Amino acid sequence: MTSTIAPTPTTREPAGTPRTTPGRGGRTASRIRSVIKHILLIACSLLMIYPLLWMLISSFRPTNTIFRTPGLWLRDATLANYGHGWHALSPTFGHYLINSGIVVLGAIIGNVMSCSLAAYAFARLKFRGRTLWFTIMLLSIMLPIHVVVVPQYIIFNNLGWVNTFVPLILPKFLATDAFFVFLAVQFIRGIPKDLDEAARIDGCGHWGIFSRVILPLMVPAIATTVIFTFIWTWGDFFTALIYLTSPDKYTTPIALRQFLDATSGSDWGAMFAMSIVSLLPVFLIFLFGQRYLIKGIATTGIK
Amino acid sequence: MSAISELTSLRRTRAKTADERRQQRKENGRDNKAGYLFLLPWLIGLVVITIGPMCASLYLSFTDYNLLQPPKWAGLANFQQMLHDERLHQSLKVTFIYVFVGVPLQLALALAIAILLDKGMKGLSFYRSIFYLPSMLGGSVAIAVLWRQIFGTDGLVNQVLRLIGIDSHTGWVSDPRYALGTIIILHIWTFGSPMVIFLAGLRQIPVMYYEAAAVDGASRWSRFSKITMPLLSPIVFFNLVLQIIGAFQSFTQAFVVSGGSGGPSDSTLFYTLYLYNRGFANLQMGYASAMAWLLLVIIGGFTAINFFVSKYWVFYDD
Repeated sequence: MTSTIAPTPTTREPAGTPRTTPGRGGRTASRIRSVIKHILLIACSLLMIYPLLWMLISSFRPTNTIFRTPGLWLRDATLANYGHGWHALSPTFGHYLINSGIVVLGAIIGNVMSCSLAAYAFARLKFRGRTLWFTIMLLSIMLPIHVVVVPQYIIFNNLGWVNTFVPLILPKFLATDAFFVFLAVQFIRGIPKDLDEAARIDGCGHWGIFSRVILPLMVPAIATTVIFTFIWTWGDFFTALIYLTSPDKYTTPIALRQFLDATSGSDWGAMFAMSIVSLLPVFLIFLFGQRYLIKGIATTGIK
Repeated sequence: MSAISELTSLRRTRAKTADERRQQRKENGRDNKAGYLFLLPWLIGLVVITIGPMCASLYLSFTDYNLLQPPKWAGLANFQQMLHDERLHQSLKVTFIYVFVGVPLQLALALAIAILLDKGMKGLSFYRSIFYLPSMLGGSVAIAVLWRQIFGTDGLVNQVLRLIGIDSHTGWVSDPRYALGTIIILHIWTFGSPMVIFLAGLRQIPVMYYEAAAVDGASRWSRFSKITMPLLSPIVFFNLVLQIIGAFQSFTQAFVVSGGSGGPSDSTLFYTLYLYNRGFANLQMGYASAMAWLLLVIIGGFTAINFFVSKYWVFYDD
């Protein structure tokens, strides 16, 4: 394949040298380099993925063999860990998955609604103080939550909302994940303004332009928001740890941690099985949403 | 445009003549009502969830407060206590080591792999997914649990060491000498998201620069140092700032790996872990608030230094 592309018309070769030798030599060298590169990358990938694969396979092994098998081969496969892990805590693990599902669903709806509204204002509307608010929004992306978490806890506590899902969901409806506001602003800026003008001529107000023109065109940005919100909220440990106090309200990460304490880390088989169960939704989202994930990470990083 | 370069450019375009400013104000005022209506949820959030609590936490940092009795004014007592709090100093030490070792190593690896995965290479998207996956899962409790096993006495690391003839019985996570190291390795393992940002940045560099350099006979190294690095510098800067801010706030891994205590012998007592223990386990909300403000000052300071130093090594070609 390379031989058909290699000699370009502009390549200058010193007169008198045998025509083929330097070209072919260079080609062999670059092929060797490419092989080395791939070997290096495959070795790295293997190292990266090895712990995950090992955990997956260990989850099908009887617990007492986990400690003796560093390899990835699987003899005596068993589903016992899954059954055992599922019922180890009361309520069963399915309950925690449902709790996590409720919180994630609320967070997604909240983030999509509030962040796209704010983004439309920043990207398209000219109002007094816009630059100031925009700067504050950008700065808030970098604010550590620890500075606000104590008073937030006190507020939610006084309202009687501790040990409910409200503290985990309500902030999302108020666009506190400013990362997504910025993401959507970037996206809306790329939509031609002519479309807004056309809609305005057709008699649309700002709400009409937003809901009928911008929102339908924003689907890729919304997909990114949904996927990132899913992954981050599903894995969120800190807020859940603070606000959820009774086991029937626990989300998956807290339940998993509880598990570690309850079995004091001896039942690794069941532990791994439930870890796999808790990672599965994230992994599936990763698999199918990768295009959006990469675009989302990349667009907020590009100058 | 990243959030960071956006901030930089906002700062740069501020200087204007009085006339221009008046013109802009007139222009800006067109959609006042609509603008604030669309911003309303975010504005409410800003006041109720962010700025209000920030003020409250500043006030609380000067008080004694245990949630049960009303806050008692204590003046600078919390901050004075922080000066003599050995565990706080330990937690700062742990966190600084984590930031200064973990972040550079992670970014260097991310950059190296991104450069290795150059444009048009076979299997790019396959490699990218493999390298990116851990950074999506890495913050989860499940992975922290896995880490605890891998570096435990009977863990995967010791099994592999035994396989190659080293009879190791070190409990890496239970030995104060190595426990922090294992969490740093976990951090480095999640280099995928900065790598994706580097990859996107590399794609923005026009190929013709490299072609011109090749014609001039530039070496591999000089192409890297004269073309790639300067043009990539805004992205290196972006990654550096965000990773430092993120690393200072690490919590979950340390919490799970150490069983919530920051042990063994406080060797993984991350700052936020100690803050959580003071505030939510011991109900010393005043002290926790004071700690939170110190964290904000430290992070703010690092970010400001970063922005200041960036003038000397970050190039914007506009």
